Amino acid sequence: MGASQTRSDHEHQHLTDKTGFSLEQIKNLHKRFQQLSGNEETISKEDLDRIPALANNPIKKQIIGAFFDKRNQHQDEVGSCDEIGFEQFLMVMSHFRPPTLKTTDEEKEAMRKEKLRFLFNMHDTDNDGTITLEEYRKVVEELLSKSGAIGQEAAKAIADAAMLEVASTNVPHMAPDDFYEGITFEHFEQILKGLEMESRMHIRFLDVDTTTMRCGKSTS
Amino acid sequence: MTSRRGSHSPAGFGKSLPERGLLLLVLLVLLEGSVLPLGAAGSPDTSHHTKAGNSAGNGTGNVTHKKAFPVLSLDYHHIQTPFEISLWVLLASLMKLGFHLIPRLSGIVPESCLLIVVGLMVGGLIKLAGEEVPPVLDSQFFFLCLLPPIILDAGYFLPIRPFMENLGTILIFAVIGTLWNAFFIGGLLYAVCQIQPANPSNLHQLELLPCLLFGSIVSAVDPVAVLAVFEEIHINELLHILVFGESLLNDAVTVVLYHLFEEFSEVGTVTVLDCVLGIISFLVVACGGVLVGAIYGILAAFTSRFTSHTRVIEPLFVFVYSYMAYLSAEMFHLSGIMALIACGAVMRPYVEANISHKSHTTIKYFLKMWSSVSETLIFIFLGVATVDGKHDWNWTFVTVTVILCLVARVIGVVGLTYMINKFRIVKLTTKDQFIIAYGGLRGAIAFSLGFLLKKELFPLREMFLTAIITVIFFTVFVQGMTIKPLVELLAVKKKQEAKRSINEEIHTQFLDHLLTGIEDICGHYGHHHWKDKLNRFNKKYVKKCLIAGERSKEPQLIAFYHKLEMKQAIELVESGGGVKMPSAMPSTVSMQNIQPKKPPLAKPVERALPQLPKGREEEIRKILRSNLQRTRQRLRSYNRHTLVADPYEDGLGDLLIKKQKMIELEKKIKDMNNYLTVPAAPPDSPTMCRARLASGKHIHLSHSQIKCPDFSVSDSVPAIQVDLASPQSPDSVNMMDEFRRAGQQQQQQEDQGLTMRPPSRPGEAGGARDPQKLTRCLSDPGPSADEEEDEPFLP
Repeated sequence: MGASQTRSDHEHQHLTDKTGFSLEQIKNLHKRFQQLSGNEETISKEDLDRIPALANNPIKKQIIGAFFDKRNQHQDEVGSCDEIGFEQFLMVMSHFRPPTLKTTDEEKEAMRKEKLRFLFNMHDTDNDGTITLEEYRKVVEELLSKSGAIGQEAAKAIADAAMLEVASTNVPHMAPDDFYEGITFEHFEQILKGLEMESRMHIRFLDVDTTTMRCGKSTS
Repeated sequence: MTSRRGSHSPAGFGKSLPERGLLLLVLLVLLEGSVLPLGAAGSPDTSHHTKAGNSAGNGTGNVTHKKAFPVLSLDYHHIQTPFEISLWVLLASLMKLGFHLIPRLSGIVPESCLLIVVGLMVGGLIKLAGEEVPPVLDSQFFFLCLLPPIILDAGYFLPIRPFMENLGTILIFAVIGTLWNAFFIGGLLYAVCQIQPANPSNLHQLELLPCLLFGSIVSAVDPVAVLAVFEEIHINELLHILVFGESLLNDAVTVVLYHLFEEFSEVGTVTVLDCVLGIISFLVVACGGVLVGAIYGILAAFTSRFTSHTRVIEPLFVFVYSYMAYLSAEMFHLSGIMALIACGAVMRPYVEANISHKSHTTIKYFLKMWSSVSETLIFIFLGVATVDGKHDWNWTFVTVTVILCLVARVIGVVGLTYMINKFRIVKLTTKDQFIIAYGGLRGAIAFSLGFLLKKELFPLREMFLTAIITVIFFTVFVQGMTIKPLVELLAVKKKQEAKRSINEEIHTQFLDHLLTGIEDICGHYGHHHWKDKLNRFNKKYVKKCLIAGERSKEPQLIAFYHKLEMKQAIELVESGGGVKMPSAMPSTVSMQNIQPKKPPLAKPVERALPQLPKGREEEIRKILRSNLQRTRQRLRSYNRHTLVADPYEDGLGDLLIKKQKMIELEKKIKDMNNYLTVPAAPPDSPTMCRARLASGKHIHLSHSQIKCPDFSVSDSVPAIQVDLASPQSPDSVNMMDEFRRAGQQQQQQEDQGLTMRPPSRPGEAGGARDPQKLTRCLSDPGPSADEEEDEPFLP
């Protein structure tokens, strides 16, 4: 018991350096991982699918897919896996860490790029480096999927308008015959500049164990 | 000679216009300043006259002593009160006008300072004229008439998302910060007042409780002053909402403390029970105020559900319900400000979904107008009340007060931020803290509360008032004037001026869902989880009750999209039909640049020259014409009680019928890319318009050509996209020509989604035609060009 604990501590220490979480946060997430995987070493898509709270989420598939996407592992691999271990789980979670008071401006820029890259990967399902019109349409359709018929009809128009906006902001002068291939990562960054991702795309990782508490409401 | 003079005079005239305006204003001010006391002086005379006349007439009843019938008489007393009120309002508005005519003044000095100075001048004038200054800042008028419009304006347009995200921080600043300020200032003042053994001044008779009361009055950050100053410095949203939210929410604390200390001052002693009661009272005041406001807000939202037939009085419901919320809260001594904020914030999403676009504009402009006038009046009255009124200047008291206010604020902000940063994710930096501390302005509420103090209980009332006025002047003048350069100096982040784009909206929603999902995977119920739950509850139950018709099911993204389109369409019209560029960047990108390239079709023959069968074309033309005629007929009948029917809002019933018709029509037309145009006015007409009917799988026909076609509702819904064409466009406006041309141009394309034409001459910068990437419509002159140009029904 003691030996395994120190071994897992050692692993966790290695993970803190890699992902930037604190030791308590990693322990906490590990407990959650165990809970989700049924005390196995890896989790599969079905494990995540089973979470009841996710049922109402319109983009559930994309979120689960992101966990199994190799591009989010900072390892220049592509494709997706069927099962992931705790380390990969943590790597994906590390995209959602907030900046601290000590984060410098360059670090904030890097953080923003990383978070935007995560979003980009979620949209760019065929991994060709651009978000095409079809992919973007899919995104908007999924967003509006819980809204019935009205949503589906409007989704196309909205996606088209959004694409047009990206194109005209980034490439303002196109001849009538030119074709805008798709949203590249640079264009994506440009269009979402105003949202300040590093301050918005984060969740609160608790140091307190919340797996035993049903309502782990954090102090605001 | 004459020519030179002629050439000089326009320039000379233009240069001296601001000065002339200023001169005129000063004259008007003097005039009004003198009329007011004259009016007051005049009334007793006339009433005396009539009385004398009556008695004379009665006394000599039998004798027929016939006076000449008064052809023209002066009866000022009859109209005195409304006249004086109107005069004050007029003065305030002219002043505001004047400040903006002088070019550089409004950049250096904030408006509030100028208005106070004007108030001082007018007060001085009145005093010189020997008349009594009307007690304008007494409680009734100020709290019941001047304050509510400003607060309602703030509450109705409160940006909910940043407010809710920072609610914890705001509450801590408002409650704990104000308490800290009140006790610190009151306590230290008392201590300072006691240590004056050398010359036994009347400061010694100052008790602790009046000191604490004074501390509580002077410590509250004032929403009016904060709004007035912060509006001009355009700092980023976070800081703005922190300071502003604090100024709104500390009203509850101020109300409780004020009443508490006033009660205790009468009694003289404080027990522990009183303290506990005080805390309970605070909770009651705050939560009660919010509850009252929310109830009235829901009532207003529910009422607005049924107003589709009486659009004219829709704004009235908003105003009256809100005012009644304020009055009801004040009746129970709850926090009226919080009630008003809660009412405005709660009713807004539902009311806006129900009311017409014009009502929305009306509400916006009325609120802005009233709040602007109120604010101006408040500052002027501050100046007037300063001149009037007995002052009791006590160097020690006043300077100590001012210093303590500053010190307390700084310590409070720094200390609280240290605590808050432990719980915040996005921490507050030192720069932020500085701005928050520096932005703690005091204003007229403090003065009015001081004015309300009873002389018997507070013998040093005048001294209090003097100190309060000094603090107000100090914060408004010194801090108000220097905050702008300081913001520049410290390079504080400014407000993002960019308009919300559809991409940002899509991704904001996407992020919301993503973060909720990640929280669920992590297993803890955080901020996003509860927000999501609230949204779903809202969508499922509340919206169904409070929003009329189809719009209750409309998802937020689509609603946003509609609004964006409306806005762009209106901008297009207002910019004169494409003469100026309404948007930032001219862009030549259009839909065809985005459509995925299709491989050449197997059957090129059909694509060569698509021809609309004659019958089809005739049908389409008939439909177009009938729509135009119907709209024109609506224009002709005007009635004071009904506005011109707004085609866009005539309910989705119409739209659905049209939808049906068009779907049937479209089923008969296959795979065709055609453009139809309505023959437009002659080329030199400023508002030339070309209607395009993109047919094929997606014919877009709106139920009215004039208003913005909501092709966004459905792709398969036919909607006419009306494009404003340039006057020099070589494209002809003949329908038949368009057919052929359109056919040739669109050969490679398969129509999917929106279709828009790129501007005919991309090189031309000035005469813009496709200014918006999403182009659409408006002002269609109709088939016959002798239509009147002014479109009265367009907003």
